[in-house]
Amino acid sequence: MSNTNNATTSNNKVFKTVIFRGGGYSPKPLAWVGLSVFISLILMLEVLTRAGIITSLTMPIPSDVFWTLIELWQSGLLFKHLAPSLSRLVVGSFIGCSFGICVGIIIGLFSLARAGLVPLVAAIFPIPKIALLPLFVIWFGIDETSKYALIALGTFTPTVVATYGAVDNVDRTLIRMGQSYSLSWMSIVRKIVLPGAMPGVLSGLRISLAIAIILLVAAEMLGAEYGIGAYILQAGSLYDLERLFAGVAILSVLGVLVSAMIGLLEKILLKWRV
Amino acid sequence: MDLKLDNVSHSYGDLEVLQNVSLDIPEGKIVCIVGPSGCGKSTLLRMIGGLEQPQKGKILQVGDVPKGCLNALTYVFQDFALLPWRTVEGNIKLVLEDHRLTAGQVEEIISDVLSRTKLSDFRTALPKQLSGGMKQRVALARALAVNPAVMLMDEPLSALDSQTRELLMGDLVALWERAPFTSVYVTHNLNEAVRLGHSIVVLSRRPGRIREIVEIDIPLADRNSSSINLERKQSQLWQLMRDEAIAADQELLIV
Ligand SMILES: Nc1ncnc2c1ncn2[C@@H]1O[C@H](COP(=O)(O)OP(=O)(O)OP(=O)(O)O)[C@@H](O)[C@H]1O
Ligand SMILES: [Mg+2]
Repeated sequence: MSNTNNATTSNNKVFKTVIFRGGGYSPKPLAWVGLSVFISLILMLEVLTRAGIITSLTMPIPSDVFWTLIELWQSGLLFKHLAPSLSRLVVGSFIGCSFGICVGIIIGLFSLARAGLVPLVAAIFPIPKIALLPLFVIWFGIDETSKYALIALGTFTPTVVATYGAVDNVDRTLIRMGQSYSLSWMSIVRKIVLPGAMPGVLSGLRISLAIAIILLVAAEMLGAEYGIGAYILQAGSLYDLERLFAGVAILSVLGVLVSAMIGLLEKILLKWRV
Repeated sequence: MDLKLDNVSHSYGDLEVLQNVSLDIPEGKIVCIVGPSGCGKSTLLRMIGGLEQPQKGKILQVGDVPKGCLNALTYVFQDFALLPWRTVEGNIKLVLEDHRLTAGQVEEIISDVLSRTKLSDFRTALPKQLSGGMKQRVALARALAVNPAVMLMDEPLSALDSQTRELLMGDLVALWERAPFTSVYVTHNLNEAVRLGHSIVVLSRRPGRIREIVEIDIPLADRNSSSINLERKQSQLWQLMRDEAIAADQELLIV
């Protein structure tokens, strides 16, 4: 009896194991992979910059960036820059997202609002908000308000689009069911439409909040003494690559944290999902 | 409360779906509607339930809605229509929340319907944890919770496998024996029809007209899957439907 290639023979009949071909296409959580991609990329950069293959003009040495971050933290400047940035991010995106969700739901529920507002939103969406910076200064002044407004406007449109898409995707048979039990309009909206739209709204928030972080730097171009964006801009104008990258690293970490927060929120709010 | 359909006709654009359907649905009886696919059974049921309006004819309630009835015409859907984010208990509560009931009354109704549908142990389960048969039981419990005058069921068992279907049919019969309810039961399964129907309405292919109404006077509890009389009724129904089904199957859809 031979046993090569999973094939066995007995009585002149060949037995072969059926080849498995049904795997893949189902994402599994592999937490360590993301981390190791980060680490190996950084290690590679470290080696290449130290060896001089990449000159210090084009890329700072990662460990130098790390020490710059530590220094920033020890001097207390990190907090001084982070606090105003975080408050701008929170206030601005809170205003933008909550208005966005409200308008999105209204568009999802009322044909009149849809007909009137969808083209408007489509017109606002592609405007680079940064191009409106001077206008924002004139409208809202040079202080915090204009920064809030910029972030709010930037997060508003993607949230609206995600929300009304989510409302459109709520299972119609569930709504018919509510009507067949004579539930009030308010009950149907609150107990069927809103929870049904929640998955779509949350994945929309993921995108909106990433946009909020991008716009934070833009908002701090509007003249800010402190803030991660201000810190990066200063470093950039002095061509101080270590500090520039230290600032960028902070933004990246912020992005990862926001995304993890939404992941947590999804886990809590969407336990019911199959 | 009885229901009366008076010359109901309906078309969707050029597509004539129902033609002069007149039917009485007496209190305390289960009326089954069978007919070839696409003949307008679901449409008819939506009209009886007030989810759609017929273009011609009327649907009438005869007599008053009984007291203590929270939702006179209550649906049981083919695909269960449970809210996936609510537990079994929460899904039943959903239909009670809009009525002025005390917490005690709500609790009483919920434990009653859960025990009637043998679900008491699954109170806090989410729909995703339940099998298809269990989900349909929850939907049934929810329908019973509002104490309906008429239950409108659109192929309630056709998403289930045949063993589960057999079990649930038994449950439906037991529920009816305990407290006879009025029901319009749409199905394409003739076996379900002869097991559950006091009368069986056979519709023709589209446009749906009533071809015949077959009465079965054997008590529900005495019908089982091996009864000769039922076999005879079932093959009689099949003779009625066969030609219609073949013709319906071979029809080209003009869209
Ligand atoms: N809202 C609608 N608009 C246009 N046509 C419709 C609509 N609803 C149903 N129809 C058409 O009306 C006809 C009857 O539909 P209906 O769903 O009532 O049939 P049915 O008897 O329940 O069929 P099945 O056995 O497949 O469930 C079908 O041809 C269907 O395509
Ligand atoms: Mg149907």
